[in-house]
Amino acid sequence: MRKEFLPSLLLTVLCILFFSGFYPLLMWGVAQLAPNKGEGFVVSQNDKVYYKNIAQNFTGDKYFWPRPSAVAYNAAGSGGSNKGPSNPDYLASVEARIDTFLVHNQGVKRSEISSDMVTASGSGLDPDISVASAMLQVQRVAHARQISAEDVKQIVNKVKQGPLLSIFGPGKVNVLELNIKLDQIKQ
Amino acid sequence: MNTELLGVIVMFLGTLLLALPLGKYIAKVYAGEHVWTDLIFGPVEKMFFKVSHIDVRREMTWQQHLVAMLTINLIWFLWAMFCLVNQNWLPLNPDHIAAQTPDQAFNTAISFLVNCNLQHYSGESGASYFTQVYGLMFLQFVSAGTGMAAAAVVFNALRERTTDKLGNFYNYFLKSCTRILLPICIVIATVHIFEGTPMTFKGMDTMVTMQGDTVHVSRGPVAPFVAIKHLGTNGGGFFGANSAHPLENPSYLTNMVQMIAQVLIPFAMVFAMGFYLRRKKLAWVIWSVMTIGFLALVIPTINAEVHGNPEISKMGISQPLGNMEGKEVRFGARASAYWSIATTVISTGSVNSMHDSFMPLSGMNMLLGMMVNSFYGGVGVGFLNFYVYLILAVFIGGLMVGRTPEFLGKKVEAKEMKIAMIVALLHPFLILAGTAIASHLAAHDTPMGWWMMGADGKPLHATAWLNNPRYHGFSEMLYEYTSASANNGSGFEGLGDNNPFWNISTGIILILSRFVPIIGPVAIAGLLAGKKYIPESAGTLKPDTATFGLLILAVKIIIAALAFFPALALGPIAEWLSL
Repeated sequence: MRKEFLPSLLLTVLCILFFSGFYPLLMWGVAQLAPNKGEGFVVSQNDKVYYKNIAQNFTGDKYFWPRPSAVAYNAAGSGGSNKGPSNPDYLASVEARIDTFLVHNQGVKRSEISSDMVTASGSGLDPDISVASAMLQVQRVAHARQISAEDVKQIVNKVKQGPLLSIFGPGKVNVLELNIKLDQIKQ
Repeated sequence: MNTELLGVIVMFLGTLLLALPLGKYIAKVYAGEHVWTDLIFGPVEKMFFKVSHIDVRREMTWQQHLVAMLTINLIWFLWAMFCLVNQNWLPLNPDHIAAQTPDQAFNTAISFLVNCNLQHYSGESGASYFTQVYGLMFLQFVSAGTGMAAAAVVFNALRERTTDKLGNFYNYFLKSCTRILLPICIVIATVHIFEGTPMTFKGMDTMVTMQGDTVHVSRGPVAPFVAIKHLGTNGGGFFGANSAHPLENPSYLTNMVQMIAQVLIPFAMVFAMGFYLRRKKLAWVIWSVMTIGFLALVIPTINAEVHGNPEISKMGISQPLGNMEGKEVRFGARASAYWSIATTVISTGSVNSMHDSFMPLSGMNMLLGMMVNSFYGGVGVGFLNFYVYLILAVFIGGLMVGRTPEFLGKKVEAKEMKIAMIVALLHPFLILAGTAIASHLAAHDTPMGWWMMGADGKPLHATAWLNNPRYHGFSEMLYEYTSASANNGSGFEGLGDNNPFWNISTGIILILSRFVPIIGPVAIAGLLAGKKYIPESAGTLKPDTATFGLLILAVKIIIAALAFFPALALGPIAEWLSL
């Protein structure tokens, strides 16, 4: 072991410099060519800057709501509820979310609610909801903003994204983009 | 066709298509043949070896390989400990993160050293950028390199000759890192940067949301970290939510890239063996056995997740997307279910959805993936684990045909069998003993004293570490020890595991379950290499046949079923029956 110690130590030092020094520096260089220089994708509106991929908490009726978050949408942390499928506390909290949703969305039938609106996401920061869940909220948003449901539906259709290259994975709607578009028509 | 399913199928086939040429390339690298990367990395490696006083022409015996491996691993452990307990004053700490406590640092350092990445901390609050890049990401490279180097030694030992000279450890190790891991990582990290994964040394940002709340957003040098985390089957996330985090895995494209990256080298190592030994048929037999096992776990899991949670169906709402608790909309239930099994059959342990919230039988399939731990398996070590089962199958097959068992022209005798049995039995022993102790403590709600204290410094009772009651609580404890012993690193993350009890107990399991399954196969291969080569005859048990493949599969199923069925019955199966 003693014979291997010095070579191992020297090789370790060089590897640290190479894999933890050179490699991240190279990638930092690449990032300078990327949108927003690798500091995360942002969208701006009225001089305010938001992270496109980080869900924000929306509670008002005039905004589309994101999925429930186990970390209260605090992006200084992240995580899911980690509740098991048979946990009685968990099932009670889902029941409560369904009730809240129904109270705020008059006219929506219980059977129409898609489970993504009442279950917490894995990261607690999921920026997207399903297209079906967005459509369910159209009436509420239109009513709260005193505009026609048809206009709101058009915005959802404009913002929604299909699968990757139209063939891989699910479709989705980014809630933040949707709400920014909504505020823009008001002006 | 369903676009979610199509995405999953393309991820699988894409991995296979990439793994074949990569396997050929890996075989050439280990055989020392000329490859195109010689031009770029050849001079760098030469300089490294010169400065380190390493003569790569010195071939080592299997014992010398193990001494070199353990020595350099000890140095890496000390370096990681140093980073973790001093990160508060070391540079690159813009978010002013405190030092880890000694027991947590021990667990973190060990778990990254052994390619597990169990993570009893969250990246946002528990590790500075210095720790992430210089401590943890460094270990992600070199621990993967260690596993691959050990596999390379076994490849070398399986050649048709009698020798005790099995190449140079440092040479195999460094080339695994520079020639295989680094170039692919650069490609993966670049894709991530352009898809929105941060690569910055500026700390946390503050934003005011549209509703006027003030929110802090953690960032960091994430892209290069994510690349090696998957390619090296490490699995440790930069952020707490791992690859479910929308900055760590921002799109379906990055999800596909990460998925392919983590399965790529486990596939490629099998083919590399085929090219290296010129036994392509044997490689395909091994790959097929692994794939049958993988598909047997992944198909029912996708099915269970797509059908959603029956308890939620009872509430009268619809689940068109399947079971979405703990999952992200941009991936969907199918890609999340596929990931959950891929990450557990190989030893990555990264997650893109929260395993704790999967259906009970999905959880059981993840556990089985880790219990068998060689349906593909981690980089290098997956092949080593498979090799142990292979030796067991050779022995049983030999007994069945009534001849001395032979594998690739070498007699398998008592000494090799004893080593193989120790390796094969250690894994269930560590899992079941650990789970038994923890469930005994939880069942009696034992006061834990120093072993587990609350934030206020008061000792807690054992059930406080559970996040779910009844059967699912048992599954949480079983999963933690299974993940530790499989060097996997995923978790039923509801478990309150950042306390001395879990940090120390899993830490000890991690060391044993990493180094014994490397030492064992290398020793067996080394012993066999020194034996006389017997050419194949009519009575030889041929390993590259479907019959022998089935025999290996049967050995795996028997060992796993006998050892683990009772524990699975108490956890996921009982929960499934109660739904």
